[in-house]
Amino acid sequence: MNTRTVQPGFSLEYSMWIFTRLSGLGMIALATIGMAGAFLMGARTQLDLATIMRWTFFPNPNHVVNSNIPDVTLGWATAFWQIMQMLIVILGVTHGFNGLRVVVEDYTGQNAWRPFFRGLIFLLWIFVLIVAIYVILAS
Amino acid sequence: MGSNRTVGFFDGLKYRGGGPMIAWMLHRITGIGILVFVSLHVIASFFMQQTGSDIATSMNIIYESWIFQILMAFFVIFHALNGLRVAIQDLWPQSQMYQREALWLEWLVIAPIFGLTAVFLVQRGLGG
Repeated sequence: MNTRTVQPGFSLEYSMWIFTRLSGLGMIALATIGMAGAFLMGARTQLDLATIMRWTFFPNPNHVVNSNIPDVTLGWATAFWQIMQMLIVILGVTHGFNGLRVVVEDYTGQNAWRPFFRGLIFLLWIFVLIVAIYVILAS
Repeated sequence: MGSNRTVGFFDGLKYRGGGPMIAWMLHRITGIGILVFVSLHVIASFFMQQTGSDIATSMNIIYESWIFQILMAFFVIFHALNGLRVAIQDLWPQSQMYQREALWLEWLVIAPIFGLTAVFLVQRGLGG
């Protein structure tokens, strides 16, 4: 067993390690709030899984249009829910692409491919984030 | 991170890590699965919203099928609850003494949540 040298202080790996845990807990909290909001607005019958997932993770008026809340735009098309959607999108997409980076770097190792994959994942992250925020703002 | 491993894929499969290893593997697989699904779904909903394209519609039909929903329900429920366990145990390291007990508790929580979801989805899927 080699002895490992531990770098003190702030690094990408350490900050993303913390971020992954905190954003995971944050997404569970946001999902609970989304689900509670749907039930408070009267969604109690004819639930299917897709509808619950939509409320839970992305309560957007266009997105929950199939559900049986009489007027989905009434409760959901507010700044509060837009901010909630953006929070869950930013946390979720960042958490996901950082996870992809960790998995890819676990299997590629320390070589010339690393900056290539890192750049590719960074571009995909920015792309999905911009598209998702555009969808929120345009709906 | 990125060690110079000399263990091949099939040798790695022989490693008997038990429950924690299965949870770790499933956490990676479900995480990548959710990432692929969410990214495709975001892009499909963009095209749905802006152009109403046929490709986006056919992608949405795939997500709405009950088999896909059972798979995705497992992915999301497992990843959320296993992630909750990992986060709690990492932020409170003394609890890692009881990792195996925590894993059993986790599966006990997952079983009814996913089981009930799967029963309803299969009923709906087969009953129409």
